[in-house]
Amino acid sequence: MKLTVNGQTRTVNAHPMKRLLDVLREDCGLTGTKEGCGEGECGACTVLIDGVAVDSCIVPVAHAEGCRVITIEGATATKTGKALQNAFVVHGGAQCGICTPGMILAATPLENGASLDEIKVALAGNLCRCTGYPAIFRSVESALKTPRRKSSRAGRL
Amino acid sequence: MSLVRPRSLTAALSLMASDPTLMPIAGCTDVYVGLQFGTITQKRFIDLWRLKELHGISVEKDVLRIGALSTYTEIIESKIAQKRVPMLVAASREIGGAQIQNRGTLGGNVANASPAGDTLPVLAAANARIVLRNQQATRTVAFESYYTGYRKSVRQPDELIVAIEIPRISGTQWWRKVGTRRAQAISKIMMAAVRGADVRIAFGSVAPTVVVARKAGAILSGGGSVAAAQAALLTEIAPIDDVRSTGEYRAKVATNLLAQFWKDTA
Repeated sequence: MKLTVNGQTRTVNAHPMKRLLDVLREDCGLTGTKEGCGEGECGACTVLIDGVAVDSCIVPVAHAEGCRVITIEGATATKTGKALQNAFVVHGGAQCGICTPGMILAATPLENGASLDEIKVALAGNLCRCTGYPAIFRSVESALKTPRRKSSRAGRL
Repeated sequence: MSLVRPRSLTAALSLMASDPTLMPIAGCTDVYVGLQFGTITQKRFIDLWRLKELHGISVEKDVLRIGALSTYTEIIESKIAQKRVPMLVAASREIGGAQIQNRGTLGGNVANASPAGDTLPVLAAANARIVLRNQQATRTVAFESYYTGYRKSVRQPDELIVAIEIPRISGTQWWRKVGTRRAQAISKIMMAAVRGADVRIAFGSVAPTVVVARKAGAILSGGGSVAAAQAALLTEIAPIDDVRSTGEYRAKVATNLLAQFWKDTA
């Protein structure tokens, strides 16, 4: 099976129903993608398939065949991904860090200037158990340059 | 465990005819959960995800036709779905989060047959029809007669759900999901309803399958009181205690939702 991971073509010899998450971590050696719940609840394992955010723990590798997969290792190659990563550092958007790769990838499809509501919708499938959402929303707002009138409430939940 | 990956609907139906043990899979949002928890015991799977014939949302002869593999994201973004079935769009927005909406499909929600399937009360309230196909023929089943019991349906082992049809709805649509949090929570109870000349009300998570509250709807259609409709409703639902809620809570919330619906659509 061939897939493009972070711009690099990979030939993977795996069962078609092997979880994309396991293929990325075990066959590709890309351990930046984390397993949280393993059942599509927490979003920690989020990656992009052809630009679309998915939970890689519930995607068979067969569904990534011939597709472009972006993991956290490749996210910084994009302008948005790099801005998000920097913003999480600057605004304290990460504490234990397990949810962070998923948060960044879930936010990557958002457009610059996205409102706080749009950010919340995009990140609704990502759970954080320590930093708390306000710092994460602030990080994403900063990276996406959310206009002030659209912003403001993050941090005052 | 095996996975066959047909490249066309014709090939898929041929495989379904030759092996009744094949379990169809697509967005897989429930499949891996079932595999992990051992609730899926099937070993042989057939992958429908890339079958173009099962995608697409269109209107044909004034009937909305939603391909079985339309994802929730596609439904949310569909102008025709927004216009014709806003309650389905609203329900789709509350399923999981973006990652689940990008993968989960309407046909999958129907096929999975969970009592807590969020789109199911909507389809019941909308008088939807399920289009089934096997190698020989296509047949259409009223959604209300689709389920025969807990996680049981009229779909035969060689049939695939190819589309969901929704006739034009006249009246005001209403949808409400009650769960522990806004996203990523399985419903405690949900209600979809249409207030037109006839009032059509459906509930999820209050019985082994979706329930159409026919008596409550008839009372409201006939100008009866909300209290009378609430009393009738309690005879039509059979909520149970489970990990997410209690039967008592669900019954109370069901009657509250009914009152809220009537107030909101006045």
